[in-house]
Amino acid sequence: MATAFSATLPLHGSQENRLLLPPTRLAPPPPSSSFLGSTRSLPIRSLNHAHASRRSPVFAVQEVVKDKKKPTNSLLITKEEGLVLYEDMILGRSFEDMCAQMYYRGKMFGFVHLYNGQEAVSTGFIKLLTQSDSVVSTYRDHVHALSKGVSARAVMSELFGKVTGCCRGQGGSMHMFSKEHNVLGGFAFIGEGIPVATGAAFTSKYKREVLKQDCEDVTVAFFGDGTCNNGQFYECLNMAALYKLPIIFVVENNLWAIGMSHLRSTSDPEIWKKGPAFGMPGVHVDGMDVLKVREVAKEAVGRARRGEGPTLVECETYRFRGHSLADPDELRDAAEKAKYAARDPITALKKYLVENKLANEGELKSIEKKIDELVEEAVEFADASPQPGRSQLLENVFADPKGFGIGPDGRYRCEDPKFTEGTAQV
Amino acid sequence: MASLLSRFCRKLAVPGSAHGARMVSTTTSCGSETVKSLNLYSAINQALHIALETDPRSYVFGEDVGFGGVFRCTTGLAERFGKNRVFNTPLCEQGIVGFGIGLAAMGNRAVVEIQFADYIYPAFDQIVNEAAKFRYRSGNQFNCGGLTIRAPYGAVGHGGHYHSQSPEAFFCHVPGIKVVIPRSPREAKGLLLSSIRDPNPVVFFEPKWLYRQAVEEVPEHDYMIPLSEAEVIRQGNDITLVGWGAQLTVMEQACLDAEKEGISCELIDLKTLLPWDKETVETSVKKTGRLLISHEAPVTGGFGAEISATILERCFLKLEAPVSRVCGLDTPFPLVFEPFYMPTKNKILDAIKSTVNY
Repeated sequence: MATAFSATLPLHGSQENRLLLPPTRLAPPPPSSSFLGSTRSLPIRSLNHAHASRRSPVFAVQEVVKDKKKPTNSLLITKEEGLVLYEDMILGRSFEDMCAQMYYRGKMFGFVHLYNGQEAVSTGFIKLLTQSDSVVSTYRDHVHALSKGVSARAVMSELFGKVTGCCRGQGGSMHMFSKEHNVLGGFAFIGEGIPVATGAAFTSKYKREVLKQDCEDVTVAFFGDGTCNNGQFYECLNMAALYKLPIIFVVENNLWAIGMSHLRSTSDPEIWKKGPAFGMPGVHVDGMDVLKVREVAKEAVGRARRGEGPTLVECETYRFRGHSLADPDELRDAAEKAKYAARDPITALKKYLVENKLANEGELKSIEKKIDELVEEAVEFADASPQPGRSQLLENVFADPKGFGIGPDGRYRCEDPKFTEGTAQV
Repeated sequence: MASLLSRFCRKLAVPGSAHGARMVSTTTSCGSETVKSLNLYSAINQALHIALETDPRSYVFGEDVGFGGVFRCTTGLAERFGKNRVFNTPLCEQGIVGFGIGLAAMGNRAVVEIQFADYIYPAFDQIVNEAAKFRYRSGNQFNCGGLTIRAPYGAVGHGGHYHSQSPEAFFCHVPGIKVVIPRSPREAKGLLLSSIRDPNPVVFFEPKWLYRQAVEEVPEHDYMIPLSEAEVIRQGNDITLVGWGAQLTVMEQACLDAEKEGISCELIDLKTLLPWDKETVETSVKKTGRLLISHEAPVTGGFGAEISATILERCFLKLEAPVSRVCGLDTPFPLVFEPFYMPTKNKILDAIKSTVNY
């Protein structure tokens, strides 16, 4: 069954999207590259389908640039959907800003990586998922967890290292898990989560096809541009396409891996092209535009739910802050930063909602206020929460939740007085 | 903790480590050798400059080394030696190390940086199966002696699971590679130059806690400290303490406290873990009759076990008490619980006392 991605109305009229055409035609030379600074001319490649019998067919992504004046009956979202998206993005942004404040006040410590600027990707994808769908993320995972439904309180407490955090304070910033919302973790190691997501996707497929359960769950794996040079990524693309798994690989290409520019570290910087090489569609989308991301996500998630296999989606996005809160962010060009700041996804959505009369300023302001209060309350809650007891250190190393630390006298070793000597205040 | 660094390197507090922290530069001349006060990352930087200068076929590469690296160890190298010799690689540890092995096999010196020792595991296969066995299985036709892998290891106070690990034990189990861990800037520069020039592949772990915290007078010239030679950094008669890297500063503090209670401790810096200097430790234990080993890595299967077993074999009749190991707990490196997990000064002091009073 041939599927075409539906046309999208761009929020910033000049953004074009990549075309990936079916094998019968060669791709026309694309217009000016949307990657900043790339002077590469794109080679025209014909897709080799000599082994088509083993591969799922590659579908076309038809995305046409339309101008701004559109009849209102082709709006992409309803008012309710629009407000949900707006609220989610505002939550992500406020939360991350509050994280930065708390970090500089010493309330949280360790390595914290903020998601400012990339909210459209998280909101665009995760708001289409159900509670039983799984999400796998990277170290930049606060907002993925929030979008998926983990409460701001739980995430903030986790960041503060309190026992009320989503992982009882064990994981911290880079390890947000939630059994309830099927967040299979943030991963500090790049690419480490992708095989985990692939395995999770296999479970859904197995449940549906072998156990004949009514399971339409998909898995979405988020990772960055740097990860696309890592072996684990390719291994999983292969496995996912081979087993036709219900997974969506979402590349949050923000052009920088700490200080390493994507264009200087990748032989072919167009990551979406790596999908067809493995037999799955590859799509490139403007990741600063939540509506475009959502349209592409709808199609990709739909494909996965129907059992048609994986998709690779490359979202062109940008992080407004440094790699982490300890990163002075000196390497990126100010002009590049300004260019992307002008494409702030929240401002763009706000403009869209107001211009298309889906919401007025007042409603949006009240959402912002509500979120501010929510985040403040999360901080208060986290502050007031207790720290985990010392016995928690030895718990959960093995399956026995109490850990393994039983001393010869039959008491848990963590209560042994020697264990608690010489310790500093955390 | 900073105050006890004065025992073997001069203390200079560099609080609130922003990335822009400048290295202290006080140049003094002691006789013929010029020394400068440097911290650990500057000493390593100097060593790398010298290594690249003295051998035109040496290369430094890894993630983010171009702008100086996340710990500033490679600052200035790309500007001085060019992007052909100092370059960034994509994010693929396995590829980076394998690539380094290939370079070394063709007679070059490859100084590979792995951004954190926690990330070295994808490269573990290449190191164990290729680097360690290259000379052996090719019958000495090829070797990758020119390979040196540098990685920051160890606790840093807020690193959590994946920025604090001490994986030295895994590598010590592999015949064919050397494992070297310096304790201070002066040692680091000498040991790194030795490691780079050693005709065997070396895994060089740098204690990241000490990158800015440790400051010492480091000679400016090219000097090497021999590998596989341990150093007795403090003489004593009652008990021998063996350690390496950042843990030595903690042990030093415990020794001072023990001295106040009348226990005289001998402290040995192992420097090279594989192959390690058994004679020095053996001589010391035969003198004192007691041994305590301390490291940050979890106690089960840590390198302390190897030292303990070897010393038992060699000095059994001279031992007055069981060998004591004060190490990290057998859990993944925790985030919030780091102070409870670490082998702290008090834990070591307790162990010293109980060993002496056995």
